[in-house]
Amino acid sequence: MSSKILSKDKLDAFLQGLKGARDVFAPAMVEGKVGWAAVEQASDMLTEFSNTEMSPKDFFFPQTECMMRFKNASGDPEGMIMMAEPALARPRALMNIRPCDAKAFQVLDLIFVQDEMTNDLYWRDKRERTACIGLACNDPCPTCFCTSVNCGPHHEAGLDLLLVDLGDKYLVKVLNDKGAELAKDLPAAAAGDEAKAAELKIAAEAKITGGVSMDQVKSREVMELYEAGHWDRVQESCLNCGTCTFCCPTCHCFDIQDEVQGESGRRVRNWDTCMSWLFTMHGTGHNPRGTKKDRVRQRFMHKFKYIPVKRGGEIGCVGCGRCVQLCPVNIDVRRVVNDMNA
Amino acid sequence: MDNAAIAKGIREAAKKLLGEGKVDVVIGYAKGTVPMRDYPYFAYTPEEAENLTWSGFCCNNLALYAIRRPGRMAVVAQGCVSRNLVGLVNENQVKRENLYVIGVNSPGMVDRRKVQALFPGQTITEVEEVGDELIVKGVGFAEKVARKKVMRQNCYTCVQRNPVISDELIGGEGPASHGGNLDKVAAPWEKLGSSERWAEFQESFKDCIRCYACRDACPLCYCHVCFVDESQPQWCGKTQDEADVATFHLLRAFHCAGRCTDCGACESACPAGIKMRRLTMKIEKDIRDLYGYQPGMAIGAQPPMTLFKPNDPQDFIK
Repeated sequence: MSSKILSKDKLDAFLQGLKGARDVFAPAMVEGKVGWAAVEQASDMLTEFSNTEMSPKDFFFPQTECMMRFKNASGDPEGMIMMAEPALARPRALMNIRPCDAKAFQVLDLIFVQDEMTNDLYWRDKRERTACIGLACNDPCPTCFCTSVNCGPHHEAGLDLLLVDLGDKYLVKVLNDKGAELAKDLPAAAAGDEAKAAELKIAAEAKITGGVSMDQVKSREVMELYEAGHWDRVQESCLNCGTCTFCCPTCHCFDIQDEVQGESGRRVRNWDTCMSWLFTMHGTGHNPRGTKKDRVRQRFMHKFKYIPVKRGGEIGCVGCGRCVQLCPVNIDVRRVVNDMNA
Repeated sequence: MDNAAIAKGIREAAKKLLGEGKVDVVIGYAKGTVPMRDYPYFAYTPEEAENLTWSGFCCNNLALYAIRRPGRMAVVAQGCVSRNLVGLVNENQVKRENLYVIGVNSPGMVDRRKVQALFPGQTITEVEEVGDELIVKGVGFAEKVARKKVMRQNCYTCVQRNPVISDELIGGEGPASHGGNLDKVAAPWEKLGSSERWAEFQESFKDCIRCYACRDACPLCYCHVCFVDESQPQWCGKTQDEADVATFHLLRAFHCAGRCTDCGACESACPAGIKMRRLTMKIEKDIRDLYGYQPGMAIGAQPPMTLFKPNDPQDFIK
């Protein structure tokens, strides 16, 4: 689709335009950390940042989400009553999403919304009612490896618009009809602007040097990867905490619980983690992933083998590097994937 | 002795131990793939011992890996790690005869969040230690930072930087403390009323994502099933609601009373930068005040919460 131009001195006007019909969120300094926050004006938004400490997946998949409330009063002639939770009151827009995090939304779309039977309305409704505006990375971090995993610093998947910083203005790439509507009042870009953005894309990709190789992971049989010797070493220092899964933009496992008090309660969905032994514990007392090694291996196999096999080559990792930075014992996913590929 | 010389000493000790078959494994630290994150490393052969290092970025508590580990092992231990090893011996989780302690005086470990805070929004690519200074390098900059300025707070207030037990001491003894006053740091809670304390507590723990990295990095938390993972019945809710988050942190802190060596591994592990020591420091101060006890200082000493003495002070039991 076409490209538009957003002059930086018009950024606030653009933001106010978005805010007319939506709540707008963007990366901002939140108590000394780069996080996501509701923004009122352009000056609330960070423009010079690598990425937020936590991924924005919780806009669509909150860590704790009430799915419904229920009553089951014994004397009530209506029997058990289930009450839906109200949907989002207002549509939303997320500004300045990094392309890796947006790519993760697209990967999760494939998981949460597959067919009629696997159609997670909690995820889907929020996705449908949220405009996603990306900000291309011109200066990737040393821990970024998006170009190795079907993504890149100017990747467009999962977005409605992609902004590319050209200095005093943004090139606004319109990526679908939703994006076209958001950008309809912006002036068209000149060919020179598009060429400059294309140059920045190539330069940004060249800055990513810590990549991984996946050719062998792709061609090897599941069991060969599963039984490889290196898992014994990868798991040694692992704490089996949930840091990697919770900071990950594509990890999506959850636990559903009914919290009941007296004759009423709520059904609540919470993030869960395959690093926990409890995640797979059966009521019988048997645990199919009974050892730390089983659990560590699961996370990497799921991302780099099971998802690609089941989802047409998509990878359950977008190369954002958060786990590399946050793992308390420096289990570096790049090293693990290279070991799988060796 | 500087860190590079100590690292060399650790490697030589490890090679000897492994070469002579005295231990099956040497648990130490290796250089991380990101700045300021050297990580727990297991060397099984003299060749692997070459990967061992020593620096101001060794923030994990290696005593964790000794818990119920079969076979003979050597563990690289600075003051706090050695105290936790003593605690684990006293609590029957580690057999002293299976343990070889490679003792090291701690230089005081660096708080990577403090370093990052000096360079907001900038990407740090390398941090080098030169004496009392760090050279912090990033894209387009290289600056010197005084180590003292970015030291972990628990290292600043540490009273036992030398190992309390060691089978071999690398680099000799060094200063026991860095001059901080632990009681003073713990005291602010005491000036607050109960509602202000609660407000401060909520503020301190509001960013918790319940990954349990604090618990999992802690050598005190070796229960086969943690109370938050009990499911029949389930004692603690799984949500981000304040009550559930508070239940986890408060109960965990109390379970550690009289056992915590203030090693700081919980804070270093936390992906959200939560200061859980605000709780544990106050509890340990109470233990010192009430029982005159510091955890992990001597083999055979029992944590006060695990035993009864007729002369225990009881005036605080209401």
